[in-house]
Amino acid sequence: MTTTTTGTTQIYRVYIKATAQAIWGAITTPEWTERYGYGGRVEFDLRPGGAFRSIADEEMQAAGMPEVAVDGEVVEVDPPRRLVQTWRAGWNEEGFTRLTYEINERPDGVSSLTVIHELDGAPETAAMVGGANEDQGAGGGWSEVLSDLKSLLETGKPLAG
Amino acid sequence: MIDDDRVFKALADPTRRFLLDRLFERDGRTLTELESEVEMTRFGVMKHLRLLEKAGLVVTRRSGREKLHFLNPVPIRMIHDRWIDKYTERRVSALADLKTELEGTS
Repeated sequence: MTTTTTGTTQIYRVYIKATAQAIWGAITTPEWTERYGYGGRVEFDLRPGGAFRSIADEEMQAAGMPEVAVDGEVVEVDPPRRLVQTWRAGWNEEGFTRLTYEINERPDGVSSLTVIHELDGAPETAAMVGGANEDQGAGGGWSEVLSDLKSLLETGKPLAG
Repeated sequence: MIDDDRVFKALADPTRRFLLDRLFERDGRTLTELESEVEMTRFGVMKHLRLLEKAGLVVTRRSGREKLHFLNPVPIRMIHDRWIDKYTERRVSALADLKTELEGTS
């Protein structure tokens, strides 16, 4: 059970017409992650203590993002249902946050994906992943990423733009 | 599945919009906390929160004995992408066309 801290935890949920396995794959394999959201290619060593990195694409690097946009460590793996990891933004000095993905497949072929991002002591990262800096070109954070992921899995295409 | 109708309906009520604004300010609140900000019975607030939850705009988590309410902005994002971007984009491109035209003739 995740302990949530009032005020610093962000929760996002999206319903996707896809299997839990398809969603799991879209989160953990670079061939998928480069196609939605910020387009980073993930490297996951999917076991407790395993390394995680998200490599920024050329466009993001040209926009000032470091090559390793995000890094962290895998904490808990239960494919295709639950993944817990630490998550550190490469563009500031705020350190590790904690990220949980929960996937729940229903008999009707729709799965819910819940993202729980615990951002204690990381206000700048929280603003970024919360989409607060979107008008400054920082993107819409998790809302945009998940909306894009849903579109990609359901239609085969990410959102335009 | 969350559909647009539910989200629009949930957003069509001032108390529910007020509750979402409170969660936007500070996430992860209990019913008791939210109730103290609204001139309404506990049962009334509970009903509104349930409707928001059904629309996917609020997600709840248990933390010990407490049930915490979190704002889930994803359905609003999807409405934005589906209904707002589409219309504003046209206006922006009309302005871009106007600029091209004016600059081309000067």
